[in-house]
Amino acid sequence: MSNIPETGRTTRVTIRLVAIQILVFSLMLTLGGRLWYLQIRNGEEYAEKAAGNHVQQVVQPAVRGAILDARGVPLADNETRLVVSASRTELMKMDDGGKAVLTRLADVLGMTYKDVSDKTRLCDAETPQPCWNGSPYQPIPVTDEATTQQALQIRERQEDFPGITAEPVAVRRYPAPYGARTSQVLGYLSPVTDEEIAQTKDTGSPLLSSDQIGRSGLERQYDAALRGDAGVTRYKVDNLGRVIGEAENDKGEPGSSLVTSIDARVQAIAEKELVKAMKEARKQHDRNTNRNYEADAGAVVVMESKTGRIVAMASAPDYDPNAWVGGISAKDYARLTGKKSNYPLLNRAIQGQAAPGSIFKVIPTAAAVKAGYEFDGRYNCPSSYSIGGQVFKNFESQNHGMIDLGRALEVSCDTVYYALAHQEWKKDGGIDPKKNPDDWFYRTAHEFGLGKRTGIDLPNEVTGRVPDRKWKREYWEANKDAWCKYGKKGGDYVEQIAYENCLEGNKLRAGDSVNYSIGQGDTLVTPIQMAAIYAALSNGGTMYEPTVGKAVISPDGKTVEEIEPKKRGRLPMDAKTLRQTDKALEGVATRGTAAWRFADTGWPQKEIPMHAKTGTAEVHGKQTTSWFATYTDEYTIVMTISQGGTGSGASGPAVRAIYDALYGVGEGGKIDRKKALLPKPHKKLPRINPDGTIEALRQKGFKP
Amino acid sequence: MSTHSYNGRPWQERSAWSRLTARDSVLRRLDWTLLLACVALSVIGSLLVWSATRNRTELNEGDPQHFLWRHLISLAIGVALSVGTVWLGHRRLRGAVPVLYGLSVLLTLLVLTPLGATINGQRAWLDLGAGLSLQPAEFAKITIILGMAMLLAAQVDAGDRLHPDHRTVVQSLALAAVPIGIVMLMPDMGSVMVLVVIVLGVLLASGASNRWIIGLLATGGIGAVLVWQLGVLDEYQINRFAAFANPALDPSGAGYNTNQARIAIGSGGLHGKGLFEGSQTTGRFVPEQQTDFVFTVAGEELGFLGAGLIILLVGVVLWRACRIALETTELYGTIVAAGIIAWFAFQSFENIGMTMGIMPVAGLPLPFVSYGGTSMFAVWIAIGLLQSIRVQRPVSA
Repeated sequence: MSNIPETGRTTRVTIRLVAIQILVFSLMLTLGGRLWYLQIRNGEEYAEKAAGNHVQQVVQPAVRGAILDARGVPLADNETRLVVSASRTELMKMDDGGKAVLTRLADVLGMTYKDVSDKTRLCDAETPQPCWNGSPYQPIPVTDEATTQQALQIRERQEDFPGITAEPVAVRRYPAPYGARTSQVLGYLSPVTDEEIAQTKDTGSPLLSSDQIGRSGLERQYDAALRGDAGVTRYKVDNLGRVIGEAENDKGEPGSSLVTSIDARVQAIAEKELVKAMKEARKQHDRNTNRNYEADAGAVVVMESKTGRIVAMASAPDYDPNAWVGGISAKDYARLTGKKSNYPLLNRAIQGQAAPGSIFKVIPTAAAVKAGYEFDGRYNCPSSYSIGGQVFKNFESQNHGMIDLGRALEVSCDTVYYALAHQEWKKDGGIDPKKNPDDWFYRTAHEFGLGKRTGIDLPNEVTGRVPDRKWKREYWEANKDAWCKYGKKGGDYVEQIAYENCLEGNKLRAGDSVNYSIGQGDTLVTPIQMAAIYAALSNGGTMYEPTVGKAVISPDGKTVEEIEPKKRGRLPMDAKTLRQTDKALEGVATRGTAAWRFADTGWPQKEIPMHAKTGTAEVHGKQTTSWFATYTDEYTIVMTISQGGTGSGASGPAVRAIYDALYGVGEGGKIDRKKALLPKPHKKLPRINPDGTIEALRQKGFKP
Repeated sequence: MSTHSYNGRPWQERSAWSRLTARDSVLRRLDWTLLLACVALSVIGSLLVWSATRNRTELNEGDPQHFLWRHLISLAIGVALSVGTVWLGHRRLRGAVPVLYGLSVLLTLLVLTPLGATINGQRAWLDLGAGLSLQPAEFAKITIILGMAMLLAAQVDAGDRLHPDHRTVVQSLALAAVPIGIVMLMPDMGSVMVLVVIVLGVLLASGASNRWIIGLLATGGIGAVLVWQLGVLDEYQINRFAAFANPALDPSGAGYNTNQARIAIGSGGLHGKGLFEGSQTTGRFVPEQQTDFVFTVAGEELGFLGAGLIILLVGVVLWRACRIALETTELYGTIVAAGIIAWFAFQSFENIGMTMGIMPVAGLPLPFVSYGGTSMFAVWIAIGLLQSIRVQRPVSA
């Protein structure tokens, strides 16, 4: 050991040692480089992954705000129910995909396995309702009508029900006060979808997977205010999901309440009267089709004349909005979306469009005055008017002789308007129009707000249609191929029409213009559009954006955001014409086509001046549409019944009944102030208590 | 020619203090940079082990410092063994190598008897009772280095030959083959890989003919293929390789460890989340975190700066070891140093590399840093050997 070697190392060894040294440093550099790559270059990505790893969110849904009527009576509120939910993630972990658990659950709940498994499957393009279109990670409600007994069974035998929870949850309720369902106006909720969560991720109010979102009606329009903010508790968890601490939390905030201008009592009457009128219409025989009227759908709008606020809005057929609560059943969904039930989800007051018939006539009256015709002029009202061999008849072929425009409105003389429209059409150049034609009748319709949305605070309003030259051209472009293929000269009615349309459907023909002048042909309007127009006639010419919402009130009652009526323009009539038209419409109610519904049946015209216009629109292949547009100083009511017969005949009694209730008009025209529900529109909001609750002015014993 | 012969002067003539402070004293001749780097690694390692185990109540018997204390005790023993090694000197140990080698083989064999304990599918531990266990493969690393060095350097250091002859190489390979074979039976493939690399490093430094080097590399390659083909590996080992080749594969199964390890390191960023603050660490997302995956704690909690420092310190240790190997002129010392370099370099690279997903997972501790007594003893003995080679190096004129 003490021998010190004489020779030592050779160069070979030294070279190899240097090589080892270089290799070793390369290895260390590799490690350093990789570390830089992971931590500096991709650090953020991994930081995100780490955050996702260890934080679990527990969402406490915010209690959704109530929707109240003008007197504070809830149209939509919440109740506590026992909700049984299934966690899909838990079920999928089981060998049988949770089948055994769901079978046991179905047994306890008194449902079939299929019902339960259908409700917990995920929606996709091929899966029919019921299915879950919310986040797959959120517990899926199987029922919200569990009894205490059932909930206890599930909770006590948790080992038999892994992944199943039974908890009290605040769920939406539509109490339908006095029977006022207000279905389509309220709308409904359904769970938020993954796409919606992704879309709102970076916005000010991100959606959480537990959220229910308003899908239509007020629930959708005022969703952000009603929904509130869900509370989120974020827990730090370890690899086994055990909670090891609490991360930052978001405190929840309950949703605000929405006070509407709807009066539940009036709404209840409107709904009841609409249904009654339709039932009545079905008993009436239609001479044209030689069968009873179908009366398959209808709508009625009650509007405050001076503000455009909606007091009642009913659409038939309707449905029970509670069907949507806690997930809709397959049967209910099929019923609500089927042709057989005639699409009760549609709010026909804003989504139903039809030719307006004679209630349209105030528009050509204003148009004629603008075109230079005297309101007080003398116009011939023969029983028919013919253009090139084609005969356009007056309604029931009556001859009224020489009358002014006011009288033409009163008796609803078609031939006066035919002649005016025909003259104007010729003046504009006829079938080959001059450059920049006046088009008074069409231009005025646009100025009345037709062909576009009124801007009511309800989603999916439709525009209706003014069949002017532009529309004709566009419509022809879109349909000419089909028309030209199908059309046949001298064929049946439809084939002949298609043939003619193919040839010159892009042009405004004399017949089009004449038909249009009395609200027939391709003209389409919605009840809300007509209500806005007639309300403007009542209030001196101001058109409002109709509103249902009146105020948004924060949960503590401290912030009250009032929704003011918004003017959207004035009627295209000068003051004199307006006055004359108003007078003519009063004449309709006192001695014209609507007199038998008002003046002749004891309406207190002196105390409450009534104005009206009836309409009976013809629809090819269908029975006539009944239209009735009326107003007093306070209210405007427009009602329509599809395939319901004449305006005053089918809709008259219902409209009269609503007025009677509003003003307390009894038998023989006696006004009983005590019985009057709402002789003047509500001015004030319902009272807000110091604790933020809103006092409901309930009328005990009220029966619509 | 030697100026530093220990038996040239009687020790007892000088006081202890003057002996320690004299110009040619052991303390002055120690490689302080190496020592400081090792101490720094050990200190960081202790903190990381502490962080990784302080809330593992299922392991630490309710005492957050349970692993820390045991780690520090191991460290103290390791340092003591190191001091003892320097005191003895690698050359004096040369005489004891046959005995040490025999003991080491015997210990390794004992693992295969009922005394051995199986952890993670490997029968690599000797259960000493009282919660103590020993991993004889760690000692085998040292004894293979010492044994092969002794054989290979004998003729050269005696001045009989320039390079070891074939016969000696065969003998030395046979010497290494016995413990490697036993470790293979455990099967502790991680240690086998390290041992093979050690043999390679030793052969390189010994000046053995290039043919042996190439032959060994070829044998290693063929052996690896055979092991794979013949199904010697257990399923979990195959899965580790599969997960390495495709990390996205089965992220909750075979790929889980590597995936979580990478998330832990990557999420640390530049500064890290702070000691004890790592969510991956406190959330127990990375398994074996105080031992094989200790580097992930550094990555997550100390960030690029801290984890980079560890790599840098390992680099310093290897750099000093290379200097020591180059500075000594005796082949015995050179071979021992080279064996240690191969060992540390490969084991560190494999360990850190696997946590970052550039090497397949193998159950190997990170020298100085990982929790584990035997490994700690072995690396500190190795440092003792390096210091001894430096202290006793013949200084050329």
